[in-house]
This record gives sequence, C-alpha cells and structure tokens, in this order.
Amino acid sequence: MASARETLESIFREEYGRIIATLIRLSGSFDLAEESLQEAFASAVASWERDGTPRNPGAWLTTVAHRKLLDAVRREKTKSDKQPELEYEAQRLSPDPALDEESVEYPDDRLRLIFTCCHPSLSQETQVALTLRTLGGLTTVEIAHAFLLPEPTLAQRLVRAKSKIRIAQIPYQVPALEVLPERLVSVQAVVYLIFNEGYSPATGDSLVRKDLCAEAIRLGRLLCALMPNEPENVGLLALMLLQDSRRDARINEQGQLVTLEAQDRSLWDRNEIDEGLRLVETALRMGRIGSYQLQAAIAAVHAEAETSGETDWPQIAALYGELRRINRSPIVALNQAVAVAMSEGLEKGLSLIDEAGAHGQLDHYYLFHAARADLLRRLNRLDEARAAYSCALALTTNEVNRRFIQRRLDEMAGA
Amino acid sequence: MRYMLLIYTREGEMSAEDAEATARTHHLVMQEASQRGVLEGAEPLTPTSAATTVRHKDGKVLVTDGPFAETKEQLAGYYILNCENLDEAIAWAGKIPTTCGGSEGSVEIRPLRVMNG
Repeated sequence: MASARETLESIFREEYGRIIATLIRLSGSFDLAEESLQEAFASAVASWERDGTPRNPGAWLTTVAHRKLLDAVRREKTKSDKQPELEYEAQRLSPDPALDEESVEYPDDRLRLIFTCCHPSLSQETQVALTLRTLGGLTTVEIAHAFLLPEPTLAQRLVRAKSKIRIAQIPYQVPALEVLPERLVSVQAVVYLIFNEGYSPATGDSLVRKDLCAEAIRLGRLLCALMPNEPENVGLLALMLLQDSRRDARINEQGQLVTLEAQDRSLWDRNEIDEGLRLVETALRMGRIGSYQLQAAIAAVHAEAETSGETDWPQIAALYGELRRINRSPIVALNQAVAVAMSEGLEKGLSLIDEAGAHGQLDHYYLFHAARADLLRRLNRLDEARAAYSCALALTTNEVNRRFIQRRLDEMAGA
Repeated sequence: MRYMLLIYTREGEMSAEDAEATARTHHLVMQEASQRGVLEGAEPLTPTSAATTVRHKDGKVLVTDGPFAETKEQLAGYYILNCENLDEAIAWAGKIPTTCGGSEGSVEIRPLRVMNG
C-alpha cells in the first residue's frame, strides 16, 4: 500500500499541469493559481493521511484548489477593489463544491498554458523555465539544479516572466490560426531543448538530467494528445524516444562517451524503440514531412540495425538530403557528409565535410572538427587527425566530450 | 490594454516614390485601426537632425544637439493602439511599415502604464 504522501507525490506530478492550467484560466493569475494549488496539496497531505486517499484524487485536488482560489480572490477583493487582474469570473465557481464530486468536468486548459509559456515575447530560456515550472510542476530548486543556475537567478526569471505576462497581457489562449504554425514551432523547440539539456552528456546530477528527458517526453506526449493531427508533434515524440532508448548505452561505467558505432545494442531500450518506430510511421503517413519527422526517421534507421555494420547508411544519407531541403543549416550538411563517408567512401565524405565548413560557419563547432578528425583517423592521415582533434578539444567545455577526444588523441599517440 | 508601438528605422535618403509608398501604407493601417476602434494616435517624427536633448545633471539643465543616444536605428514615429492583448498588438506591429532608404527596421511594443485616480 502506498502511503498518502507517496500517492500524493505521484498525483502531484501527474496532475499539476492540468490543475494549474485550469486555475490560471479561472483566476487570470499565475501566482494565485500556484498559491491555491500549494494550499490544496497541503490540505491533501493532512486529509488523506487521516481519511485515506479519495477515489478520484485528481478531482479532489482540483476542487479543493478551486475553493482555495475563490477564498484568495475574495481576500484580495476586500483588500483592493481596483486591481483589474482580479476581475474574476466568480459565477463559474460553485460556492460550495462537494469534495467527492467526481462528475465535475474541467476542460483541459493545458494547450493554452503551453502557448502562453512559450510565447515568443518571452526569451527562450524563460519559456523553458516557465514550461517546466507550470506544466511540469518542477520546483524552482529542481529547475535551477538541472540548468546549473543559482536558484535566485531562476526564481527571478520566473517572477519577471509572470509579471510580463500580466503587464503586457500575453493572452492565455491558443493562438489565432494565422500565427499557429510558427507558435507551435516555438513550443516544439522548447520541448526539444528540455530534452537535449537532459540528454547532453554533461557531468553533474545524472538523475536530474534523466528527469528532464522524462519530462520532455511527457510534454511531447501531451502535445500529441492535444494536437494529434500535427505530424511534427508525433515526429518530435518519436525522435525523443529513439534518442532516449540509447541513454544507457552511450555512457559506459567509467562515465565515458561511447559512440553509436561502439555501443552495446543490447542495452538499448526496446520498448522506446518499438514505440518510436511506430510513431515515425504514423507521422510519415500523415503526408506532411517536417524536420523532426526526418530526424526521427534517421534515428529509426539506426535503431533498426542489429549491428553497426548493418546500418543502412545510403538511406541515412538520403534522409539527410531531404532534411537539407527544409533546413539549410551547415550542421545538417555536416551530418549528411558523415553519412556519405560511411556509405560512399571516406574521401568523398571528407570533401563534403570541408565543403560544409567552407564558409567558416562551423569553425567554432567542435563536432565539425571531431567529425573531420574521425574520418582522417580512419584514412590513416594521423597528423591531420591529431590537429583536428586538438581543435575539437579546444572548443568543447563539456567534460565527458573532452575526455572522449583526449582518449582518441592518446590512442593515436600509442599507435 | 493600451500599447505604444515605437517605430525604429535607419534614417536615410528615400526616393519620393518609396516615401509615398510608405506613407500610403501607414494611412491604410491607420484607417483600418481606426475603423476597428483600435487607433488612439499615430504620428511620424522629424529626423534626429532636428532633435535637442535636455539633460538633468546636478540640479542643472544641460541642453545639447541631437538625440539622447547615437544608435543605428532611430525613433521615427509611434502608434497608440487599444488592443485586446499582446497578440493583437503584435499583429498590428507586423503591418506597420519600417522600411527607410532600403533597410528594414523594427517596432517596439510597450504597454502603457495604467495610472490610478
């Protein structure tokens, strides 16, 4: 039997976003919504330990938070009748909701919450923090920890964001149709950024980082559920699952980075792979190709190879070719060059890498130098390989990546 | 909510044709905003070569030639619009022309402070 507190904690994670989204809609205030929900959780701890967990804990919490909100609004109203942000639709609230009412249906307001949190008038780092705080229910401490920021910095960022939402009146609604596609792109970018923050092999608390990936995947599922006809939502979820499936294989017991080629594929998470592969197919069948779908398709080709030798590199090169038509970034060109090197020959790949870097845009991108170095090493042009690895080493501050490159340099010195 | 939309452009020579086209677009935007009951004001400014800055320093007043700061883009005009929310203000800002002498500029959206009493 799970204790009341354990039940509450899992409910908290599950229900936080949905409840807070409703409370924000009702009160028009992020702060009031947060306070009321906190109070409701405090009541729940006491009440559930005494009387047992209610049959529908989510509804219980929503109803109690709702009532706390109404109380808070009444208090604020008596304090000051002038504050326009407290124009509260009191008639929406039944004054005395029955606590075990399970028929109370609250509409899902999380979609508008996502769009408000990821509004382009907020900086991207603010969008990320606000999304994790409200939709994910992560605490300020947890978010600060995950992004290696001092807690006051993060807290201040959230305060500023909430105040801008209020003062500039960033709307709490799903955007109008003419701006919806670009707004959705920024929502997807935030989710993927959260995932990558958790996935990048940084040193630090690996558990917190794993939580970030899980949170991003949860947000990805939510986007799919709320906007199921958007193939890029499905593509993004597939991409995250397929990347996450390799999590345990990409760092070895010594904390060293293991390349895709050298990974023990039995450590890959089959469930995530199966789901990812299914989602890639679902997305592609919708017939509106996009960047996340193509990246997921590439990850799928890797996932389908039983050994690295069986990787269908021509297929990967072709997919990168498609991706380049959508995304003209030199980084995509670089990845395509690597796929060509693996399928059509190292020399050809190397010349494409040099082409990708010809305009100097990749000069400060450590993976550009690392990829060049890798091909040069395979071509046995060791002096040039060493020079390229040294460039890469100078450009990365990430400890795990540094150790990986240093190991390559050491291997060549020994050879 | 009332928003001030500040138009920043690079001051430069403009052909009579371009100037006329810009003015025409402004008129269309103002007309539309007015018809929808959103427009509260809109005016262009003369170039910064006509600007004078008055600085307060040590209780004295210091008068100098030119704008308060030398910047790449200069304040060229403003709109005051009464909008439902920031998204509506952003949509209007997207319609306001900022081109001057061939280079494009920007529109800064500032909510006006609500004064009590």
